[in-house]
Amino acid sequence: MAALVESLEESAFAQYVATERKKDLLRLLTCGSVDDGKSTLIGRLLYDSRNVFEDQIHAAAKATRNRSAGALDLSLLTDGLRAEREQGITIDVAYRYFATARRKFIIADTPGHEQYTRNMATGASTADLAIVLIDARLGVLPQSRRHASICSLLGIPRCVVAINKMDLAGYDAQVFEKIRLEFSEALGKLGIREAVFLPISALTGDNVVRRSGRMPWFEGPSLLEHLETVPIRRTAAHTEFRMPVQLVLRPDHSFRGYAGTIASGRIRAGDVVTALPTRLKSRVKRIAALEGDFEEAFAPMAVTLELEDQLDISRGDLLYSGEARAPHATERFEAQIIWMDARPLDPAKRYILKHTARTVSARVSMRQRMNIETLGDESAHTLAMNEIGLAEVAASKPLFFDPYRLNRMTGSFILIDPESNATSGAGMMRALAERRDAGPVSPAERVARWGHRGAVIRTSTMDLALALERALFDRGCAAAVVESEQSARALERAGMLALRTSEGTRDGATGEILSDLEQEGILHARHLGSRGEGI
Amino acid sequence: MVYTQCVPELSHLQLLEAESMHILREVASEFQRPVLLYSIGKDSSCLVRLAQKAFYPGPIPFPLLHVDTSYKFREMIEFRDFYTRQMGVRLIVHTNRKALEDGAQPFAIGTQRCCGLLKTQALLDAIREGGFDAAMGGARRDEERSRAKERIYSFRDAHGQWDPKNQRPELWNIFNNRIESAESIRIFPLSNWTELDVWHYIHVEKIPIVPLYFAKERPMLVRGETLIPVEQPFIPMLDGEQPKMVRCRMRSLGCSPCTGAIRSDADTVPKIIEELIAARRSERENRVIDHDQDGSMEMKKREGYF
Repeated sequence: MAALVESLEESAFAQYVATERKKDLLRLLTCGSVDDGKSTLIGRLLYDSRNVFEDQIHAAAKATRNRSAGALDLSLLTDGLRAEREQGITIDVAYRYFATARRKFIIADTPGHEQYTRNMATGASTADLAIVLIDARLGVLPQSRRHASICSLLGIPRCVVAINKMDLAGYDAQVFEKIRLEFSEALGKLGIREAVFLPISALTGDNVVRRSGRMPWFEGPSLLEHLETVPIRRTAAHTEFRMPVQLVLRPDHSFRGYAGTIASGRIRAGDVVTALPTRLKSRVKRIAALEGDFEEAFAPMAVTLELEDQLDISRGDLLYSGEARAPHATERFEAQIIWMDARPLDPAKRYILKHTARTVSARVSMRQRMNIETLGDESAHTLAMNEIGLAEVAASKPLFFDPYRLNRMTGSFILIDPESNATSGAGMMRALAERRDAGPVSPAERVARWGHRGAVIRTSTMDLALALERALFDRGCAAAVVESEQSARALERAGMLALRTSEGTRDGATGEILSDLEQEGILHARHLGSRGEGI
Repeated sequence: MVYTQCVPELSHLQLLEAESMHILREVASEFQRPVLLYSIGKDSSCLVRLAQKAFYPGPIPFPLLHVDTSYKFREMIEFRDFYTRQMGVRLIVHTNRKALEDGAQPFAIGTQRCCGLLKTQALLDAIREGGFDAAMGGARRDEERSRAKERIYSFRDAHGQWDPKNQRPELWNIFNNRIESAESIRIFPLSNWTELDVWHYIHVEKIPIVPLYFAKERPMLVRGETLIPVEQPFIPMLDGEQPKMVRCRMRSLGCSPCTGAIRSDADTVPKIIEELIAARRSERENRVIDHDQDGSMEMKKREGYF
């Protein structure tokens, strides 16, 4: 009998571990202005979902008494450093971990202080979802726009706007609605079209973990319900295989493995991969692992690939597959830059640039800066701390990258000041730099004429190429099916769209391909108007 | 078509594993003399397993360093010697002999000074003597409030000190490894793991751990809720106090005079996980040393404590 009970318990445990192992992970970021109540909100999420230990509550209660703040101050559960406890504000990124029956969460709690925008960018770089907090009494502030623009720039796929302190705004539907309308418009300008608006009170707990009875006019879920159920979309990375080589493992003469983290896509034993910069091809012989070789691996697994041929590959090289959208390989490119150093960006300085597993030196020429008030662009030659702008980067060696919108891992870099060793800037790569010395007509002029960039679009079948030619023509594009690579390149240079057929390339409905071309920044989405190429 | 997500999702634990392996590989690639700080605890055991995976089929390409205060549990030292021999890794043991000769002991000089000499000072000395430019450790951000703010690559100045207000921003999975000579970087590959994640990983990976984590009858001084192990002869006893056999285990491992036990029946990893799920107290609570004063962990870290 006892044995039976034990084995029953064991199977219950096994079941528990099984569900636990299937649980997924949502990384989220909270951002808002000073005193919007971020720390209190996180404290509330942890406290009400029973993810705080008793001794931590006691410690917070003790500190609350020291500060004579009345009832238990939930923000003390998260404010970690002495200095900020003394000042009563959060000054750095803090990470918090909690789990519910459905999902595990990592929260980056980031500061609202203007001078700490760099920390917000840090939290945003790995987030799947952002919570932008707005104080119901104050409405949309410049900081709210700044935070939303950083979220958009860093490509956070989902956004929740939590309108907080509803208890101090009489739980009034009008207040909520007014802010929702105003901020939706700002988000639309930034290209964020999927924001979810929730009225909450972190202090009283209304609509944070449980739905609130005080706002019967609101029919949506509580914040936690939303976080538990929202589908996770890891930066809609394209599914082409990319793996920057971190190190070459050669334990003995019989084995040479390329270790790295898969940035996107999947790989199987037998697949053909191409190496950059050499452009040599080989097949994957095995995916070696301590627990036994893998048949298949996918992003973001950390793997070791053995290839059938001995190619000359070293740290910083890129393995990829899929020629339809091969990575860019160039030393000159455009990038959005966020500046994080008190010393302004110096266009004459050679910064150390780290991109995937590659370290090069680079000069950064600013073209324009984003005006955070208007969200418009203005011309600029440098960036001060916390400013954001578009630059042309010239690196000492080619980098192998995809546009950041398509691939966060292969499209991002950091800039290090070689004198102070500070991490001075963060960059999100956009496209090949325009060659201004190319001739009498600039690429920008061509884009202005045609309404799209020049490109070669490769399709799997001739029927599809012809269908696309028609669809593109109907949109007002200059496009034609061509037979030779040479003529394709000529059309591309002229700013037109060349259609070619080749195996294993674009496939599917024409409508889907058109929307892909918009995503890739080749076609401009019509409703985006002149800002269509935004990240 | 191309943009639909057809790549399968990894579980929470697989994502954490991949992230940690990525960090270990970066460290091995970019630093001249990295070292793994091995505390013998469960987190260190996970870290060693992750390093085995990261460099398989090659060996772990850096040594392990244990800062031995001489007050560790006997079972910890036995496990350390057995496990590292079995793994075939290089182990460096460092002890602040001078401080011990001068009588460093928690009851004689206080826990703060004792930790300062036998842990912080010893660690800084070992890093300097070994010429290590990167020291990896198993600390997690969920352990303590000041840790929650620490970067994965945590910069230390020439005196081994941490400046929480001047941390380098850390974006994506790109790490700034640049330092001048005498400066160093502490690296925490398990930053994003929680205590429960560590136990799940130990369970699914069948990772060996020190038996002190499992419940059994052990001699303890029972003072209210507190259970004090009696391994060291200098533990002061109250009048007429006698150690009692108590069924208990250690939730985290430190020096035996400063680590309390908890009453427990959990003698297997699944039982420990069940106990943790039911638990309402955090794991460092039984570390006497963290309670010296409010924010004391942060002060230790500023001074160079791991």
